[in-house]
Amino acid sequence: MAELKPLEHRQYAHCESGVVTALLKCHGLDLSEPMVFGITGGLTFAYIPFIKMTNMPVISYRMLPGSIIKGAEKNLPIKFKTMKYREKERALNELIDLVDSGEIVGLQTSVYWLPYFPPEMRFQFNAHNLIVYGREGEEFLVSDPVFEHTVRIRAEDLQNARFARGTMAPKGFMYYPLMVNSSIDLPQVIRKSIKRTVHMMLYAPVPFIGVKGIHYMARKIERLKTHEELKYVRLFLGHIVRMQEEIGTGGGGFRFMYAAFLQEAGKILKSPQLEEASQMMTEAGDMWRRFALACAKACKSRTADFDVREISQLVQKCADQEKRVYSFLKTSLLQ
Amino acid sequence: MQGEKKALYAVDDQGHYTKTTTKGWEAEEIVLAQVIGDFEEKAREAATRVSNNETSPIEYFMYKNWLDPLTLAQAMGLYRWQVKRHFKPGVFKKLDGRVLSEYARIFRVSVDALMNFHGED
Repeated sequence: MAELKPLEHRQYAHCESGVVTALLKCHGLDLSEPMVFGITGGLTFAYIPFIKMTNMPVISYRMLPGSIIKGAEKNLPIKFKTMKYREKERALNELIDLVDSGEIVGLQTSVYWLPYFPPEMRFQFNAHNLIVYGREGEEFLVSDPVFEHTVRIRAEDLQNARFARGTMAPKGFMYYPLMVNSSIDLPQVIRKSIKRTVHMMLYAPVPFIGVKGIHYMARKIERLKTHEELKYVRLFLGHIVRMQEEIGTGGGGFRFMYAAFLQEAGKILKSPQLEEASQMMTEAGDMWRRFALACAKACKSRTADFDVREISQLVQKCADQEKRVYSFLKTSLLQ
Repeated sequence: MQGEKKALYAVDDQGHYTKTTTKGWEAEEIVLAQVIGDFEEKAREAATRVSNNETSPIEYFMYKNWLDPLTLAQAMGLYRWQVKRHFKPGVFKKLDGRVLSEYARIFRVSVDALMNFHGED
């Protein structure tokens, strides 16, 4: 095993990019979280009408869980060891062996079973990532990227969290870098990854992904005007906002994190266009927040004094702004 | 969220992105309160129906833990119709110990607490 740097706990905006950033730091590759998020192609928009989460369509502002780990392997000269388990006991024993030998590992868990989360956050969300960096008796030492401080967890709770069933079940998923080559051609990696994200957002082959997906959601919201049950309308709007603003998104549906990436990329590539694109993306994030606020107001109002068409138009504005950003990125990267 | 701070990226006065922390904002709090309020309301209704012997404690604890029939079924490794069947008081009374203790584990209560819930919320 390569000599690891001790883990320095830091709080990150998003769990998976946070864990990958921290693990790479331990292995001598020092990248910022937005950089990791950007070059692994973390940004997206997807409105998937036929997959439901608590009876609501899946709405995602980032790529599928696990894609940052995969994206890191694909775009950087690094290799992860990844494992899934059928037998819980074996998963626990292998974790103990690794941690006792000094390895720092990432785990996929269900928030429902993590006792250190505030009770009101403990929904059945199965794709939360955290780091285990040590063990003291029956307790594991945990660096959870969305928390300010390190925490501890009992083996029993961790087992429940690693083997929760349902959508995106973790199946004990555990990962850590095996090989990290820290000499990377960052400008090249940045250009490639932005191109890929731009392409997906502009030319996704299905109508519910990318800019088209944002318009698709706008239409779904507009159609709510014929919905009879006001309560459902409110819950639907609330659901979108939660997917967009809740812990782990950095707010504005990851758009601010991507804007931070574009700004850093602009410095590295010495490109004023990327800096400009970053500002445009910040505006997109602000628009998403205006939309969230309008939804929240609708959720709060006791009467039907809100207009879903107006809310739908706010989403259309987000779509138009994002289209401007990606088109601008496309032309400026071709130079 | 209970005074927990979270990290996010925001521009400072000079237009540079930096990592900062926040306690969250209004929109987030409203929609979280909304969904929890919805579950709590469903739990209260279920408690009343438990006391009238119209449903089993499983429905009450399901909503109390912010689960819905599909999510609970997935967590149990069952089909949704099976979970809905377990809402019937008659079926619930005949459930075997293994199934009951698995429900109790997911609801984070004892089997006793699950079986002896009679609707006092």
